[in-house]
Amino acid sequence: MLAPVFVFAAVALTAVAAATMLASAAWPGRAPAAAIVLWQALGLGWGLAAVGALAALAARPEHAGVASGVMAFAAGTVARAGAPGHEPVALLVLRLAALTTAVALLALLCWVLAAACAAGLRTRRRHRALLALLARCDPKAPGALVLDHPAAAAYCVPGLRSRIVISAGTLDLLDQAELAAVLAHERAHIRERHDLVLLPFTALYRAFPRSRVTQRANQAVALLVEMLADDRARRSWPARELATALMRFGVAGAPAPPSGALAAAAAAGSQGEVVTRVTRLLMPQPGLPRPMWIAVCCSAAVLVVVPAALFVMPL
Amino acid sequence: MDVLWETAGPLTVREVSEHLTERDLAHTTVMTVLDRLAKKGFAVRERDGRAWEYQPAASREAYVTELMLSALDQAGDRQAALARFAQSVTDSEARALRSALDAFDHRPGD
Repeated sequence: MLAPVFVFAAVALTAVAAATMLASAAWPGRAPAAAIVLWQALGLGWGLAAVGALAALAARPEHAGVASGVMAFAAGTVARAGAPGHEPVALLVLRLAALTTAVALLALLCWVLAAACAAGLRTRRRHRALLALLARCDPKAPGALVLDHPAAAAYCVPGLRSRIVISAGTLDLLDQAELAAVLAHERAHIRERHDLVLLPFTALYRAFPRSRVTQRANQAVALLVEMLADDRARRSWPARELATALMRFGVAGAPAPPSGALAAAAAAGSQGEVVTRVTRLLMPQPGLPRPMWIAVCCSAAVLVVVPAALFVMPL
Repeated sequence: MDVLWETAGPLTVREVSEHLTERDLAHTTVMTVLDRLAKKGFAVRERDGRAWEYQPAASREAYVTELMLSALDQAGDRQAALARFAQSVTDSEARALRSALDAFDHRPGD
């Protein structure tokens, strides 16, 4: 089944190229929700297309859709095992290799998704248990738990039993309005389940940790998710408060790390994200023009629908 | 756990109960809670004669540090487990931020 192979391969390669371009594009800051949908489509579309290209190599041509073609091939091979086949051995071997690789890739993708999910659940469970022992409530930070540590830290533990955590250092660092803006930002993360939005990219990074594309995808989506939460917080609190809160956090610095690893990681991870967010808050740009927004949504749809359709429909 | 952290040396269930003066907890309740803490790994226990003696597995500071590091150390791995507010900035970025804020405060039409 050669034609579907080319289409699948084209989608997969387009997805990778588009991901590289999207990671350096400037427009996502103007429409983070649309950009996130496009990222999800790129990830899903790539997965479907990569598995599909391999599966299509193995599929029997005269069937409607790659899925049934693959089943026919597998069934036929099992039935004819031992008996002389109609096609050259080399082709048969190629088909079997392609099928095995397709199954392996699918299994890998499912596995890393499950592993990322499990790791996240473990970390959150540990945090909730420790917070129950260590954290206290404070009237200055309603709805949040306070951890007695002088460094500035504010984070949330997402999930069904969510928690917002503020360090004692943060209470000293920010004023009342800034703190309220930070709490609104964290509440937005929890309410909109940004952890689930980020999960597929964490999983892809686990599957291909040395790929620049997955690293940049991870960073790009994480930044977009922060921008979304900033936008939600800005609905109730002035942008200036959120911006000054971000700045104070940024210059407060991390606590003295026990090893050099944390300092290096923090410096590397910064990469101007705080600057981008503050600039975006203080100098908001107009949203995407309608035609561009429609183009983004259509591209996202095509990236997912085309490979999915090829599995069940003839070309 | 607070009682275990505040007192030096291992404590029996009875001694822990005695320290919990402000709450009228039954002996069995204290025993159950200490048992659960030991099972979760927050307390370690040794048998001294007929009674168990409990100690915290790590100091309070160690656990707080663990939480802080876990929350702050999100750079490379980007686990979807937690979401923290902001990272540290470099000096040049700090200068850029301050000038952006100045420009905002003094923008025309205010």
